[in-house]
This record gives sequence, structure tokens and C-alpha cells, in this order.
Amino acid sequence: MKLKALAAAAMFSAAALSSSAFAADKPVVGLITKTNTNPFFVKMREGAKEMADDMGVELRTFAGKFDGDNQSQVQAVENLIASGAKGILITPSDPEAIVPAIDRARAAGLLVIALDTPLSPADAADATFATDNFKAGEMIGQWAKAQLGDKAATAKIAMLDLNTSQITVDVARDQGFLKGFGIDIKNPNRIGDENDPRIVGHDVTQGAEEGGRRAMENLLQRDHEINVVYTINEPAAAGAYEALRAVGRQNDVLVVSVDGGCPGVENIADGVIGATSMQFPLRMASMGVEAIVEYAKTGKKPQASEGLDFVNTGVELITDSPVDGIESKTSKQGLNSCWG
Amino acid sequence: MSNASTANNNMAEHERVADSAGGAVANFATEQLSLVERAHRFFHSNPVAAPAIVLLMAVLVFSMVIGERFLSPFNLSLILQQVTIIGILGIAQTLIILTAGIDLSVGAIMVLTSVIMGKTAVMLGFPPVIAFMAGMAAGAFCGWINGILVTVLRLPPFIVTLGTWNIFFALNLWYSQSETIRYKAIAEAAPLLHWTGQSIDILGAKLTYGSLLMIGLFALVWYALNWTPWGRHVYATGDDPAAAKLAGIRTERVLMSVYVVAGVICAIGAWALIGRIGSVSPQAGMMANLDSITAVVIGGCSLFGGRGAIWGTLIGALVVGVFRNGLALAGVDVLWQEFTVGLLIIVAVAMDQWIRKA
Repeated sequence: MKLKALAAAAMFSAAALSSSAFAADKPVVGLITKTNTNPFFVKMREGAKEMADDMGVELRTFAGKFDGDNQSQVQAVENLIASGAKGILITPSDPEAIVPAIDRARAAGLLVIALDTPLSPADAADATFATDNFKAGEMIGQWAKAQLGDKAATAKIAMLDLNTSQITVDVARDQGFLKGFGIDIKNPNRIGDENDPRIVGHDVTQGAEEGGRRAMENLLQRDHEINVVYTINEPAAAGAYEALRAVGRQNDVLVVSVDGGCPGVENIADGVIGATSMQFPLRMASMGVEAIVEYAKTGKKPQASEGLDFVNTGVELITDSPVDGIESKTSKQGLNSCWG
Repeated sequence: MSNASTANNNMAEHERVADSAGGAVANFATEQLSLVERAHRFFHSNPVAAPAIVLLMAVLVFSMVIGERFLSPFNLSLILQQVTIIGILGIAQTLIILTAGIDLSVGAIMVLTSVIMGKTAVMLGFPPVIAFMAGMAAGAFCGWINGILVTVLRLPPFIVTLGTWNIFFALNLWYSQSETIRYKAIAEAAPLLHWTGQSIDILGAKLTYGSLLMIGLFALVWYALNWTPWGRHVYATGDDPAAAKLAGIRTERVLMSVYVVAGVICAIGAWALIGRIGSVSPQAGMMANLDSITAVVIGGCSLFGGRGAIWGTLIGALVVGVFRNGLALAGVDVLWQEFTVGLLIIVAVAMDQWIRKA
């Protein structure tokens, strides 16, 4: 019985070995996401897979078990080094803690590209392909200001952020929005150091509906007259809207957001969200695969976009109430390019 | 006759002995107790007292610091709304913890069943009542799986539910394809699922049906735990399974029933969740398992089983809700809210350890 099991195991591992040896004929590209649950990363995997198939390379995907799971990502990097991959695309769960593993990968000759979230320091990766999150925030800030017109000077703003860690994406969107709205943001790397009386307060949502609703309820209790709501992403915006609906304020408050997920874009069409900045995870991943294949062939590394320290994968404003001077697309157009 | 006189003599003899022993039978009650010892006994016999005092003090302090904005009927009802989901999951968690177990899968069961309800009604087009029943059945089934693993395979509840937490969550992502079902789609196809989000106004307070449902559930489970044989068996099984078995309680069946009931309660939590956030989101409830344990622990329920009252969990959830809401209204940075909740947990468990010392 035991012998049989052993023989079966040996056969199985031999089969596994030969299949991986077979696959090793194609160059390997690795994609490591924070989790495999968020539609954003699901879309990323889709984009990478399509491009990998087109270019005739093998894509291997890995993910952390939860947001912040560094250990699984380190293991994934090690596995990819061991399997002789050409390069790694990674959305780091812990941008600092992953760096030693990334150093080992680069020392072994792999091209490492950070997707969506830069490493810390950013130059620990060969390149970063990301949304310009500051710009994304700035666009919805400018839009909100233009919508309000003269009333922008006396607006009451609620800021619904992600969490208390002040991570780069959270900070960039928050600060971008405030700058776009015309508020002195002091230190652009710090949420909450502003003293403009128009800001009622900041609260955290964990980027989810329930958090968005609770944060909105508590800020409304601090000031009933809130009329502009910034949200870190569209689920938080949907939750905030529920809180506004519960007190009958859903029609006289501007809710803005960032992401461009399909439910979010549909919520623009329904008037739940006023405007959102759409980002392009699919493009991030497909451009990343392209860059690694290019590097494997010619040794050329991707160059950062002008004026930025990363490759900008683009951001578009989606709204059904366009304002002069800010380029935007309608929710109908947005539905063609949304993700998730 | 002589027999009777002997009996009389014997009786007298017996009484003489009793007399010579002195009348100090109830002496221990008059011994002087220190304040600490008296407090210890008070908390020992009233497990809900400690969290209730903390809640009262918190309400008092926040009313003084913030005033009307905090103490308004609307804000108080808001806090009740904000603790509804954790409160309901807390009921399920209390039942499991009373049996000296722990359930890490409550949040995952809730999200999975909410997705099942939403999908059955919106995507598959079944009548809302069928969708609701499907959710309840799925909740019971999830609980049944946990129960089988705990009672038949005799695996520790912590490990079982650590495993099923991941399994249920993965099933949720697979079944929902990580897609959110939006408010509008549910409002059109299945308004029944939004019922828990509707509210009635009483003197400015906004009580949602979800909150009332939570209070009703607490009352129901309180009754079941204290006034039915099943409830007493749950306590007995948690306190000392071996002794409970010797007393003729079929502890395996009690455990099994507790897990199934907990699963159904999580499904009811899913109903409240849909009412509150309006949509069905596969990303919801990530931390709900830990939050529910927090409520149970602050509520004075012993993690070692067999000791604790169901109302304590409601108070525990309210303590967390009051601190979060109060600190937010006072404009305190959010990270200090998390700090405070952490502190409350440590204090609550330290209290429990002290109270448990006989």
C-alpha cells in the first residue's frame, strides 16, 4: 500500500517535471498580484495572459492570500528565479519588505516591473507601470470645483480614504483631489495636514461599501452640510451614497471617485457617482509583458514617461455632466473600457 | 413503647450533639470581604456587568465631550445601525464560543450567502423568497460542514474554521466571479433583500428593520439559551464536555446543532448586510470574523467556554460602536480608534482572567 503510494507519487512528480521541462522551451514571464480576489487584479491577469499568448511566452501567475501578504509574494519571486523566468511583473503587497527578494531576482538577470504600486524606493524595480494617481485625484477635484462654480469657495468636503497606513496610492489620490479642488495641500506626502476649513474631515473605508457607509455617516454627524464627497474607490462611493440616501441627501451632494470598475461606471450612469477617474489595469499588465519580451530579445529596459518617475498607463475622467476645459468621456463610452 | 423511648433518647442525644457544635452553620456569610473581593464576586455572578459599566461610562464621557451631536436620538440609532452586522455575527460567534470553540468562518459564510441570495434573485431570476430561502439553506449547510469536521473528525474548531474560512471565501469569489451586484439591480429584482435597510422614525431616531431584527435575534437566542433544555446543554457542553456526557447530554449533537444554528444566523447577517450596503459585494465582510470575536470578548464571554451571557455580546458590539462613533465625531485620527479597540480587548480578556479565578 505504502509502496504503491510512493510509486504513484514518483510517477506524478516525474510527469510534473517533464511537463514543466516541456514548458520551459517558451520564455517564462511571471505575474505576482496582491490577491487574486480583487477584479482589478483579475483584469490584470487577463491582460497579461492575452499578451503572453500573442507573443508566444508562458505566463505564470501568483498571488498573495490577502492584501499585505508579503511572505507569499517572496516565495513567488523565489520560484520564478528558480524556474529561469525572464522577468517579473509585481503589484507589491509590502513595497518595502519585498525589496530584498526583488534584488535577488535582478541580480539573477530578471527584469522586474512594478505594476500599479511602486516599490519603496521606486528604483528597486527596473520600471514602474502605473496610473498617475495624483493626476487621477486632480481630475475629479477640478471637476467637482467646476461643477460647484461660485459655491466651491464655501464647499464642505468629506474625504473617504483607504486606511490609516498612508500608502502611496491613497495619499496621491487624496492629495491630488484636494489640489485639483484648489486647496493648499501642504506636504503632498501626508494626508490630513491641511487646515482649510472647507475640509470637514477624513475617515477610512477599507475601500469597501460597509466602510464607506460608516465613514460617511460619522462625517455627516460632524457636519450635516457636507456637499462634496471624495472617495478612494467606487465601492466606498456606493457605501457613502447609501448613507446619503438614508438621510435624503443623495441628490444634493457630489460624490467623486477613482477606479473605473464596471459597477462604478454603471453607477455614474445611475447618478450615484458624479465623476470617476478610470485607470487601466489590463493595459498595465499587457504593456508589462511586452516590455519583458522586448528586454529578453534586445536587452532594452522601459523608459519612464516624461516628467514622471514611472511609465504612465493613462487615466480618463468618466462623467455624464462634462465641464468646460476638462476632457472626459461619458458613462456609455466608459462601459467599453471598464474593468471588473 | 420502649422502642419509642429509645428513639426519643436517640433524638435527644442527636440534638445535644448538634447544640454542642454551636450554631455557626452560616458563619462564612458574615466574614468581612474586602472591596476587591466583593467586586470579584459581583462580576463573577454578573458577567454582563463589566461591559455594561464600560458602555455607560463611554456614553457619559462622549456626551460630556461632544454633547448633543453624540447624544441625539438620531446618532444613537446610527450607532445601532453601525453595529447591526457585527452584532448578528456576534450572536453566532457567542454560541460557538460558549461551547469552547471559535468560528473564524462567520464573515465568509455571511458573504457567501449574500452572494447566493443576490445571484439567485438577480442573475437567475428566481422569486426573492426563493433566493432568501436559498441563502438560509446555504448558511445552514456551511455550518453543518463546520459541525461535521468538529464532531465527526474531531478537529479543533480553530483549525476547522480557519480552513473553511478560506474555502467559503474562495467559493464566494468563484461563484460571484468577483462581481458586485449593484443597488439598482437588487431594487428591481428583489426588494425583499433590501427590507432590512428600511427604517422607522421614532422621536428622531432612525431604527432600521435590520437593527430591530438583530435585537429580536438576541432576545430569541437569550430565551433559547436560558429557558430551553437545548440552551442549558450548550452551556454544559462548553463548561465541561466530559461531565455533560456523563449527565446524559449527547454533546456531539449539541455541538452539531450549534454550528448549524450559527450558520443560519450568519445568513441572516447577510440579509442585514445587503440592506445596509445596498449592493451585494464579494469583497465585503473581510474582517467581520475578527470584529465579531472582538464583540464577544469585550462582552465578557469567556474564550474557555461555558461562561458568558448573550446580551454581553450586544453590549460588546455597542462599546466598539460607541468608541468608533464618538472618537470620529470628536475628530480624533482614525488610527487612535483602532488603538482604543485594541486596548479594550486586552482589558476585557484581563478582566475575564481575573473574574474566572474562583
